[in-house]
Amino acid sequence: MNGLRVIQPGILALIQDAGRFGQHRIGLSNGGPLDPEAFHWANRLCGNPPGVSAVEITIGGLLLESDLSTRLAVTGANTGLQINGIAKPLWQSHPIHPGDRIELGFATSGTRAYLAVAGGFDIPPSFCSSATVVREGIGGLNGGRLKENDTLPCRPSTGSGCLRLAPEFQPNYCSEACLRVVPGYQNQLFSKIDQRRFFSSDYRVSEHCDRMGYRLTGPAVHAAVDGILSEGICLGAIQIPTDGQPIVLLNDRQTIGGYPKIGSVISADLAKLAQLGPGADVSFTPVSIEEAHTIHCLARDRFQRIRPSPVDPEGEADA
Amino acid sequence: MKVQVAGENALIIYFGQQASPGISAQVQQAAARLTRLLADDLIDLIPSYASLLVIFDPDSTDHFRVRRVIQAALNELDAALPEAGRLVELPVYYHSEVGPDLDSLANDAGLSTNEVIERHQAQEYRVYAIGFAPGFAYLGEVDQSIARPRLSTPRLKVPRGSVAIADRQTAVYPATSPGGWNLIGRCPTPMFDPQADPIMPVSVGDRVRFQAITRERFLELGGMLEPPA
Repeated sequence: MNGLRVIQPGILALIQDAGRFGQHRIGLSNGGPLDPEAFHWANRLCGNPPGVSAVEITIGGLLLESDLSTRLAVTGANTGLQINGIAKPLWQSHPIHPGDRIELGFATSGTRAYLAVAGGFDIPPSFCSSATVVREGIGGLNGGRLKENDTLPCRPSTGSGCLRLAPEFQPNYCSEACLRVVPGYQNQLFSKIDQRRFFSSDYRVSEHCDRMGYRLTGPAVHAAVDGILSEGICLGAIQIPTDGQPIVLLNDRQTIGGYPKIGSVISADLAKLAQLGPGADVSFTPVSIEEAHTIHCLARDRFQRIRPSPVDPEGEADA
Repeated sequence: MKVQVAGENALIIYFGQQASPGISAQVQQAAARLTRLLADDLIDLIPSYASLLVIFDPDSTDHFRVRRVIQAALNELDAALPEAGRLVELPVYYHSEVGPDLDSLANDAGLSTNEVIERHQAQEYRVYAIGFAPGFAYLGEVDQSIARPRLSTPRLKVPRGSVAIADRQTAVYPATSPGGWNLIGRCPTPMFDPQADPIMPVSVGDRVRFQAITRERFLELGGMLEPPA
């Protein structure tokens, strides 16, 4: 089987496609990239159709060896990229030849990086998707994280036709984020004072932050009830357990739950949250569902409008 | 019935405050209608005890239209009797060997172990929701006399097939996982098998009856005795 062999898997590397949809009824969560913008750019820079399988790398440390010719791009967290020991820029596709070693360092800003190859990785779908949800043991190569000696299957491709995203269009990953929230669910069960406290306080990302959700610490807010009849949880829902500390639920969340929720973070800002690590500062601001929809459409149009520029693979300057 | 914003592309319909077979049937009816009416504009639905989460595609529609479609779907709901879902029988080996909370639950309830087993079997349950983990079906409602709150400290490892009670809910753990429900026995029937067709023996709206089996029969049916931790 041809492809990229895993020499070192690093902290956490997972196969992800756009996500698993329409399977909530049997209790499966979505999976999929925590930062869809960076994921989609990685594929686009390789000339791929949207949503094909790529690798999500948390923090870094991934080392791969290729046994074929292809093009490869890394986007997202600033992990650094070396091909055969030579530093190469992120947000750009690079030609890869048999025997090449592709190495990611550890993120100096951001938390999630994405690695795509031309044509995408050939992963048989489980429940219509290759997205890995480790908690469920579903997707990816064997339902789990990448391991040493795994081969990421892909097809050979020509190394020409590399693309880059101009630096002015690349996101900056900072150590704080103001997250826009559509108030909803049980928000009326929180007193006016608690709602004001929630939207005016600073919270901190705790050690408990993963693909299921981010637990935050800060001023406690309380609903008028401790629990509710279990109900469906959408992406970005902010659950407030009895200790009053918010949990923002992400792609690998459980599909139903019984804690009160004050609203949901909009998808554009979930990516910002997922690029933060423990100790980062987070605050919340309310937006209407109409405003959230406008933000979504503008972001989609912006992504389509920005065009990557061709690079001459041989003449490129080293990063 | 009330329609509430859940997220930027999600609305939640509340059908009532309590779980009941009637409300659950309405949730089922609404889910079937919305699947048809919203068609490609629908990303996913999550039916639960008394609510239905509707997740729509923000690239093709908006909440104004989804609200109108929901209103139309709800207006036509029959206040009808709960439709009878399929009846599924699940065998259970009830014993403290695989159900370490069986004796203490009986003790707290002032019942004998056999009485607890009889009462758990006597009831026909309804599948109210599937979630929490792949294939985890929430069944309701157990007789008040054998209801018991979750353990104060959840177990790190509840073996696959464990039959459990939390308040008035009961369930079979589809896979080995952490869990805080009271374990009273074990079911050898796989509750979630991606290779099987169907993947799950039950779906929301089905009825479930438990049937006591012996240790020998449990092993014959492929049951495992692995202890919880």
